[in-house]
Order: sequence, then structure tokens, then C-alpha cells
Amino acid sequence: MLDAKIPSGPLAEKWNKHKFDLKLVNPSNKRKYDIIVVGTGLAGASAAASLAELGYNVKAFCFQDSPRRAHSIAAQGGINAAKNYPNDGDSVFRLFYDTIKGGDYRSREGNVYRLAEVSVNIIDQCVAQGVPFAREYGGLLDNRSFGGAQVSRTFYARGQTGQQLLLGAYSALNRQINLGKVKMYTRSEMLDVVTVDGKAQGIITRNLIDGTIESHAGHAVLLCTGGYGNVFYLSTNAMGSNVTAAWRAHKRGAYMANPCYTQIHPTCIPVSGDHQSKLTLMSESLRNDGRVWVPKTKEIAERLRKGEIKAVDLKEDERDYFLERKYPSFGNLVPRDVASRNAKQVCDEGKGVGKTGLAVYLDFADSIKRLGEDTVAAKYGNLFDMYRQITDENPYKLPMRIYPAVHYTMGGLWVDYNLMTSIPGLYALGEANFSDHGANRLGASALMQGLADGYFVIPYTLGDYLAKIGPAPIDANRPEFAKVKSEVEVRVKTLLSLRGNKTVDEYHRDLGKIMWEYCGMSRDEEGLKKAKGMISDLRADFWKNAIVLGDNEEVNQSLEKAGRVADFLELGELMIDDALNRDESCGGHFREEYQTPEGEALRNDDDFAYVAAWAYTGDNMPEELHKEQLEFENVKLTQRSYK
Amino acid sequence: MSGNMNLTLKVWRQKNSSASGKFVTYKAPEISPDMSFLEMLDVVNEGLVKKSEDPIQFDHDCREGICGMCSLVINGEPHGPKRATTTCQLHMRSFNDGDTIVIEPFRAAAFPVVKDLAVNRSAFDRIQQAGGYVSIGTGGVPDANEIAIPKVIADEAFNSATCIGCGACVAACKNASAMLFVSAKISQYAMLPQGQPERYARAEAMVLQMDEEGFGGCTNTYACEAKCPKEIKVTNIARMNREFFNAEFIKG
Repeated sequence: MLDAKIPSGPLAEKWNKHKFDLKLVNPSNKRKYDIIVVGTGLAGASAAASLAELGYNVKAFCFQDSPRRAHSIAAQGGINAAKNYPNDGDSVFRLFYDTIKGGDYRSREGNVYRLAEVSVNIIDQCVAQGVPFAREYGGLLDNRSFGGAQVSRTFYARGQTGQQLLLGAYSALNRQINLGKVKMYTRSEMLDVVTVDGKAQGIITRNLIDGTIESHAGHAVLLCTGGYGNVFYLSTNAMGSNVTAAWRAHKRGAYMANPCYTQIHPTCIPVSGDHQSKLTLMSESLRNDGRVWVPKTKEIAERLRKGEIKAVDLKEDERDYFLERKYPSFGNLVPRDVASRNAKQVCDEGKGVGKTGLAVYLDFADSIKRLGEDTVAAKYGNLFDMYRQITDENPYKLPMRIYPAVHYTMGGLWVDYNLMTSIPGLYALGEANFSDHGANRLGASALMQGLADGYFVIPYTLGDYLAKIGPAPIDANRPEFAKVKSEVEVRVKTLLSLRGNKTVDEYHRDLGKIMWEYCGMSRDEEGLKKAKGMISDLRADFWKNAIVLGDNEEVNQSLEKAGRVADFLELGELMIDDALNRDESCGGHFREEYQTPEGEALRNDDDFAYVAAWAYTGDNMPEELHKEQLEFENVKLTQRSYK
Repeated sequence: MSGNMNLTLKVWRQKNSSASGKFVTYKAPEISPDMSFLEMLDVVNEGLVKKSEDPIQFDHDCREGICGMCSLVINGEPHGPKRATTTCQLHMRSFNDGDTIVIEPFRAAAFPVVKDLAVNRSAFDRIQQAGGYVSIGTGGVPDANEIAIPKVIADEAFNSATCIGCGACVAACKNASAMLFVSAKISQYAMLPQGQPERYARAEAMVLQMDEEGFGGCTNTYACEAKCPKEIKVTNIARMNREFFNAEFIKG
């Protein structure tokens, strides 16, 4: 059994007590420590800035040309905080409870409570930085209800909340770069972790401009490298989002937890053809005012697909507002996993719309009638414009077409309460870890978690570890560094020697299709077993027949992609193993075999109320399962019901 | 919706920052009007890789018009022909069958070419590092609602804050001026109460760094505003000039 090191005592006192119990680093010793931060999204930028402010020397890395490009920038909807400004009954406990319940009781009480607790500090911090959140006419902050929450606890900045929060964290990072406390490495990709005597003490990177393979030493390494949604090829992630840093750490001994928990977001613009390179999310705030429906019968759907009739021509009794029908109390605002699964179900029944039949309507006609086009435009204008730009259809006149797409990965590197992975000195923050969202993440909670980890958790917990190991310098000339560096060089050489006949993108697309088909919105044993074999064959074929062009000593997109896809091919198989192991349905993990008579996810709390943490044991060897039992002392496990 | 298109591309190829570059012509057959411009380039690149030819390098990441990483000058216009649109959000339905499309990198002395169509925009980061922040640390800040900000000010500051740092303003300007970019950040903080304590020092530091990087001056052609994918207004530049001017008096 894994020990998450959750502090004892009452839930509401755990974090405070823990902060007191953690060792502190003497202020004059802080400058003797070097900290490596990989990734500059919300978690990475906030951590790098906060640690540098404390006095540590930080080296920060990103593969993009600027730290401001990290994919946190694309988050649209908002950030939750238990401020209770609207006086509508919110509290730290309610945010905690909603998050635990929304995660289908597969997350840790201690972590989630701490998240809810520090959520209020995040908003204060961001406002003080000059983040321009939406405001009321009285000059105070505006809140909205988001993603099914029954209180208005979401702070937002138009449809660009992630952008504004990231630019806030980026500004704090810039200040520390200017002060010389952070050294920033852009266009640098981490390719491995170096451990010395079992502790993480550095990383190996590749300079993406000239190919230099570099060793960087530090007293601790923080991976803030995001999620692995691009294992599905098509997702709402950025093109460059990848699992390589986390996967390399996994192969050096960091456990990977609950990799099968992936979030399929219900409101994305549907796929238009084979050329599709990524999917675009439409913020789920749209579900506050849009009504989801499909035609009542297959026959009408067929005529719509052929373009014989238009959606607006259908009478009310020819439409099925299936979420409102099945979930009268939550209606269109049911959690993401429930909304996505229902959309898939109606499309599987042949009622899908659009050319491909893989779409449902999200209709604003009623809201426009009730509120006027101007009000709707003020709330969602930029999203409507984006939709129009991509689809060439006017959502003010015709209902939007939406379909679920891979959006977020709840699984990730296993971490304890201090955010330390199973490798001492190696930490994982933000989407890269697994710890707070259970089997399903609630809307507006990703930004909250990324910033909580970076601004308010790691500055405390890291000090405890550093104080214990002491400030003696870490030497990048040790043989351990040379060994890992030469392994990285060999791998790069091997990749560059592949001169087969199939492009890396083709492998990636094939992998994505397998994952989406068999390990996507619903899974079953037979399909998963089949997929495992398919991925294994695909991986073997990749190492024989992939085309990787060019040399190491240059800008080489072919090589970059190949390294990332090679890691996705390994991760995919572990996700299948994890999905096969979990003989229950929970949140985003829906196993066909385990459902209630109404078709809802059926958990098995007796046997599966645990975190599945997988340990790498060697190439082509089965991974070893470690379990962390989840203890629920403050909430009662119930069947989620949104009826 | 029209059928697929056959296009001719004239693409700037340049091996690295020190090599000299040239235009190379490629065919882009059977392009669907539903593709984004970058997806069209993906298709061309996939064809090149199949022939063991070096794929065209271009910067891109989110493909949602928000990360600011994509660039390109398309037929002479940064981010192509549409207003308020990044290259990644430009779709091929904006072009016609048989078109020849000229694709170049953003051109400015302060944005050296990295390879082909990718340029180095780290000058923008250095300008932000010079002063684009409020000097507060994590923790110890007042409750968020203790700072009341009139909605009109907050909205105006937001309009400036939406800059994605892509550099189209520089590429569009005949002087390669970065004043729209720099003024957007200076304006955001100059308008907000949080930005007041360092208001003038910030304006001065950022403007000096901008000059240091080798960007040109503004001669009021408004090309930057016309090509800004986020429609940042040139009034920001007027505000920046005022802030910088006032800084001289207030420095003391």
C-alpha cells in the first residue's frame, strides 16, 4: 500500500497543521539551492516565480518560444474559488464536497480540501497582479455558475480566463527573470530525469534550435508539464502538448496514477475531415444558456444530414432535449462526463446531426428570444465568432453543432500530499499530477489546481525536503549525469536512423484512432484487450518503419515529433492496462459492463476505492500495480445523481 | 461549400539564422476549404516527408488563436487576408482554386529567422521582463474585492490585456515598430489601480528595452491596428507616449 502522507487530524485543520510541521529553510540558505522547473503553464510559471521570490535559484524550461505560450493560455471558462461573494451558500466545504462528488469519489479528501481552502488566496493574488477579471458596475468582481455548480463561484475574464491568469503568472515570472533569480530556457525540451542515490537531481534537455543535449543539476525537479490528452491524436490540447517529460520520469521510477481517467469535454466543434489536426473547445459556459438537442427520430436526423431540411425548421415536438428530459434538475448543466456520454449515445442511436452524424445541437434561439441578441453576444461573442470562423455557420441564426472531444487528463504522475512523486526530490504539479480531480474534473477547476499547486502548495512543501537534504551543491559532472545523457543521445540517434515509409503523424493518427475507439468515452474488456494488441503491433512497426528526417544539430520537427509519439505509444498501452484493471465505471472511465439500469456509471467502492499507481519494470514488461487506498471520513459515498 | 482546390505555394525556405533564404515553389493539391491554413501546410509537409524532403518549419501550438505562436506573412499580410484572425484560425475557404499563395516569415531586424517561417521573438519577452509586471510577491495581498475598479476601466484594461504577443504589429509596420505590443501592456497597468505605484518607472523601462532591441519608431500608419488579430487599438500607443513623457517629469 502506498502512503500519501496525508496529515492526521480533522479535515479543516490538516493543511494548517501540516504547514507548521514542515521544516523551513533558513532564509540565508535559500540562495544555496537550485530548483529546476519544467513547463511554464499556470503551475510551472507560478511555482518558478514563487520559489524565486523565496530566494531559491530557479532554472525554468519550456519547449515553446516563450513561457507565455504554454497551453494554460487557451483555457476559456473560468476559475473556481470558494469566496462566496454572491452570498449564495458557497463555502470551502461545499467546493470540497462538489469536487469530491464531481470526481466520482476517486480523489483524496485531504488534497481536495486544501485545494478548496487555498482557492480564495488565488483570486486575491491574481487581482493584485492586475489580472482583469470581469466586474460588476459597482466595481467588484463578477461571478458565474459554471459546469453544473449550483452556486456562482466562478471568476472569469470574458472567454479568456486562462490567458489572463497565465499572463499574470508570466508577469511574476518575468519579474524574477529580471531580478536574476530565474534563468529561463525557451525552446528546450526535457528528455530525461537524472537520479543520484535514488533522488532526482537534474534533467537532460535538448536545445530545439541547435540540438545541444545539456545536463542541468538541481536540488529538486518540478514537472509542470501538463496532461497527455494528445495520446488520442485529436484533442483540445495544443499541438506540442506531450507526455515525454512525465513518461521519462515514469521510466526512471515515478509511478503513473490512474492513467485511464481522461476527460472528454462535451462541447467541442465536431471533426470536419481527415485533415483535422486538433479540436476546438467551445467553453461549457455556453451550456448555461444553450439547449442541447437532437431530432426525435432517426428519419429526421437522416434528412438533416443530407441537408434536405434545416434545424430551425423542426417543430418543438420533433426535437429531443435529451439532457433536460433525462436530468430534470440539472438539465443541460450535468457534469462533463455525463453530458458527453449522452451525446455519444444519441449519435450511436443514429440521431446525430451534421454531415458525419457525429454532432448534437447546442441551441441559443430561446436565450436570444429571452435576453436579446446583444446580451448573448456580450456573454459569448468571442466564442460565437470563433465558431463561425471555423465552421462558416452563424450560431446566432442556426444552432451550433457540438461533439465531445478529449480535453483533460485526470490521471498523471502519482504524488503524495507534498506533491512529491515516488522519486524523492521529483515533484509533479498541475495537470501533470493525478491528485485532485478523481475520475472526473469539474469545470473551472483546472486553473484553480494549477495555481494552487504553484503559488500556495509547493512553496511550503518543497522547503521541507530541501531542509532535510541540505544545501550542498549538486554536481552536474557526476557520472550519473553522463550516463543518462549518453542514453538520451543514443535514443536520439536511433530515432534519426529510422528511414522507413510511414510518417510519424500517420502513426500518431493510428494510435489516436485506437485509443478513441477502445479507450475513449466507453470501454469494455473485449475492446480493450484488442486495442492492447493493436498498440503493441503499432509500436513495433514504428521502430521499424517510421520516417524521421534530418540531423540532431538543427531545428528538426521530425525528430521532436518522433520522440513524443514514441512515448505516447508506450503510454497508450498503460492506459489500456489501467482501464482493464478497473472493473467498475467511475467518472470519465465508463466500462460498458458496469452500469446502472439507467445507464449511469456504476462504481464498485468495495474493491476499487483506490488509486492505481503503476510502476515501470522494464521494456516490454508488465507494469507493477501499487494501490493507495482512498479513505472517506467526511463525505458519504453515494451514487452520483443529477436527475 | 465549394469543392477542393489546387493551389501553388511560394514558401520562404532558410536553413537557419545565418544561411541565406529563397522562395521555393510547392504544389498543394486537393485542399479542402474546411482546412485551416496550417492544416493545409501540414498536408504539404506530410507529402514532403514521404519524399524524404525537409518539411517546412513554422511556429504554431494552440491552433485556437490564443497562444500567439503562429505567425506567417501570407500574400504580403501578417496572418493573411482576414481581419482579427490569426493564421491558425484562417481557413482555406478564404482562397480560390488555382491561387498562388506567397508565404514568408515575419520580417524585422529584431525578429531573426530561426528556420524557414519561424522567427525568434524573444525580444518581446525581454521587453516584458524589463517592467511588464506589478512588483508583488505571492501571498500577503489584500482581499480581491478590496480593490474596486469601475467596470469601464476594467473593460478597457482588458481590451489592452488581450494582446497575444504574436508580433503581427511589428511585421505589418514599415518601420518594424513594436509600439502596439509594448503600449498594450503599459496601458493595461496604467489604467488599473494595481499598476499605479510603478506606473512611470514601468513605462520608461519597457520603452528603453524596446529601443534597445532595435524596433523602429511609430509613424502613425495604423498598419499594426489593422493587422492585430486581437484588434488592439493604436490609442494605446498615444497613451504609452504620454506615460513615457510624464515619466521624465516624475522621475525627479
